Amino acid sequence: MDEGLRSELSKQGIFTTTLEEIYNWGRKNSVWPLQFGLACCAIEMIASTMARYDLARFGAEIFRPSPRQADLMIVAGTVTKKMAPQVVRLYNQMPEPKYVIAMGACAISGGPFKQGYNVLKGIDRYIPVDVHIPGCPPRPEALIHSFMTLQKRIDEQRLSGNGRPRHLDPDAPSEFPVPQFGEHDLEPTKNLSVWKPPTLVRHG
Amino acid sequence: MIPLETIKAQIEQAVPGARIEIVRNDSPSAQHSLLLGNEHALAVAKFTRDDPHLRLDYCSNATGIDWPDAVLKEKVKIKKVVDGTEKEVEEIVEKKRQGFLEAVYHLYSMELKHGPLIIRMRTGNRTDKAHLPSLTPIWRGAEFQEREIYDLYGIIFDGHADLRRILMWDGFQDYPMRKDYVEPDDYEYEPTPHDEVLEKTQKHYAQETKS
Ligand code: SF4
Repeated sequence: MDEGLRSELSKQGIFTTTLEEIYNWGRKNSVWPLQFGLACCAIEMIASTMARYDLARFGAEIFRPSPRQADLMIVAGTVTKKMAPQVVRLYNQMPEPKYVIAMGACAISGGPFKQGYNVLKGIDRYIPVDVHIPGCPPRPEALIHSFMTLQKRIDEQRLSGNGRPRHLDPDAPSEFPVPQFGEHDLEPTKNLSVWKPPTLVRHG
Repeated sequence: MIPLETIKAQIEQAVPGARIEIVRNDSPSAQHSLLLGNEHALAVAKFTRDDPHLRLDYCSNATGIDWPDAVLKEKVKIKKVVDGTEKEVEEIVEKKRQGFLEAVYHLYSMELKHGPLIIRMRTGNRTDKAHLPSLTPIWRGAEFQEREIYDLYGIIFDGHADLRRILMWDGFQDYPMRKDYVEPDDYEYEPTPHDEVLEKTQKHYAQETKS
């Protein structure tokens, strides 16, 4: 639709939109997070929902205790290897469209526990993450920023063609394999279809 | 707190045949402890809890220690005949110590407001004789802590009602807090490796380029 005609119409009190715009507008303004936290970062996530930071301004005040009703998984905290299968399972149980924010150093990389034997070195090894936030813990402002980033990305998505949301693409997977408890480590240790180790050139 | 020697004597009187040894700690903390023989440990623990002068009714902490096989060097003074005259010579003697696992309990008394009394127990070795009597029947609070010791060090507590892993999953084979634990190799991505981690990453990359 022609932009000039559109602004002319809106001056006359006639509101026009496209299906894509209104669809994305609806999607981005009612992102309900799944109510769960894994460690200290969760406290910061809780703080962001309360009066001072008020995540409700972005349409995300309703934390659902059931994955069936949630759109967004905020992985807030340390993902231990014992917990990782449960996190992936919860993600699989969420209906599309679904998004993931990995909050804090632990969730994106293992953080302070990276050298430990029992901490997963980033949840993005098993599920696709939309927004990563560094910090230990990230401040509520950072979480809000990641939220706005996510909203922006939802807004920019086209509903057809390449790069369309996963739930509109019949070939895209919506469930990811749950790692099994092995004798020494999780099996497999990573899902190579979602995570590829960055290749670093090292000397010496 | 009553001196350790007195406690030792009291216990030996109350529990005939109990093997008790005082393990000295010469660091500034000077927390000496009692090493209990495993056969009578349960009876001794019961005594320390019930004796009216001790009343150690609270087990605040139970933890494990891994002592791997080691060669200990000791200085010994030996009389030797050197050039016809007898002299005292210092010699370093090497002794082999077989590895063992140890459980340490810190006991306090809520009633008499004293403590801690530290008791230790040692297993025969680190493999097939890694058994110790459980003290959970005496101090219920030791239940989860003994499970944790079992999980991380592999000490099997006989008499524990529910000895399962507590932090790692069932089916996990290793004991992560043992000195010879080999952690899984997941160093494929280390943005800023240094020291030990650098060594580990380099090993990982060397393997990767080979395969
Ligand atoms: S990133 Fe820091 S604050 Fe967040 S869970 Fe990890 S240790 Fe806790």
